[in-house]
Amino acid sequence: MSTEDNKTIISLDPRISRSNLTGGNHSDVDGLIHFQTYEVFHQSKRGAQHKHVGIVHAPNPDMALLYAKEQYARREVTANIWVAPSSCISATEYEDDDVFTTAPEKLYRNPASYKVMDRIQAFKERGMKASDEV
Amino acid sequence: MDSISALKELLYKIADDQLIIGHRNSEWNGLGPMLEEDIAFSSMAQDKMGQSEHIYNLLHQLGEADADTVAFTRNAPQFHCSQLVELPIGGYDFSIMRHFLFDSAEYIRFEGLKTSAYQPLAQVAKKFFGEIKYHTMHANTWLHQLGHGNEESNGKMQESLNYAWNYALGMFEPGPAEEVLIKENIFIGEAALREKWMAMVTPLLEKSNLVVPSPASWAPVYGGRIGEHTEYLQPLLKEMTEVYTIDPSADW
Repeated sequence: MSTEDNKTIISLDPRISRSNLTGGNHSDVDGLIHFQTYEVFHQSKRGAQHKHVGIVHAPNPDMALLYAKEQYARREVTANIWVAPSSCISATEYEDDDVFTTAPEKLYRNPASYKVMDRIQAFKERGMKASDEV
Repeated sequence: MDSISALKELLYKIADDQLIIGHRNSEWNGLGPMLEEDIAFSSMAQDKMGQSEHIYNLLHQLGEADADTVAFTRNAPQFHCSQLVELPIGGYDFSIMRHFLFDSAEYIRFEGLKTSAYQPLAQVAKKFFGEIKYHTMHANTWLHQLGHGNEESNGKMQESLNYAWNYALGMFEPGPAEEVLIKENIFIGEAALREKWMAMVTPLLEKSNLVVPSPASWAPVYGGRIGEHTEYLQPLLKEMTEVYTIDPSADW
């Protein structure tokens, strides 16, 4: 956070910003006052993939798990939760998103392009075992 | 005392403890130290009130008035909660310390009740054990965090522990009805509960760099279970029953 930013952001906590406090230093937007964020991944049943659902602020992984449970698993069916520090995530750059441009055109990579249903049907009709040669 | 009266006494003290601490902890709603904690603490306060409703329903099945009537129409002397739960929320240090001391006892109480010979109570205990387990995970994590935070946070937690300790011991006030409950395998009894609780909280407090008050200073604050309460309970009840008093049929 640059010095210039500190002039405009009194605090990331809206309650402090709203209260128009004068005096003292309320511009500390780094570490001790504002916790790091953790990315939260939610699994709805055992064996299912964990899906990213959002973030929580927390001082450590134990507390991040406590909060992830209440923010992201207090209504839905849940088997398991992961949290990981946001700083551990590596991401592509949006300015390089042209690397993805032609991907939607490559229909031959879509499983729907493989014409196999007639062969599967024939396999079933013949009542063959998987080891039999088709 | 017959076993039904004994059972009712047990249910009243469990439900009243949950209702009152639920209301107290809900007072932090909107004021929690950070957004995520505000949500978590309020959510647990709701859990506690929901648990009490289920216990009041058991009482209703035994012939007592319905849950709303029981929760909202009694005065302080008719409540069976321990004095620990009615104390004001104080600072976050005290609220977390009380949450820790209380929910550790809840954990052990409900763990035992899961195998209670009174089946309806055993079912409620099984249903809510997971909620209570989370409440202890939350309390233990905060206890550890503040115990190890810095000199100020450790000092505040120690002061809160010193203040809350004798009230916490008061949770295990012996009841006149316990023997019949123990004999019929409905409840293990307050003395056994306290012993297990002590074995649970002592190492957790020590691991959080906190010192359990010396046994010479122990003086359990009893009376709550027989309707003797602090000056703080009646004003709490007045606030809690405000809507009900205006319109008992209000739905919200």
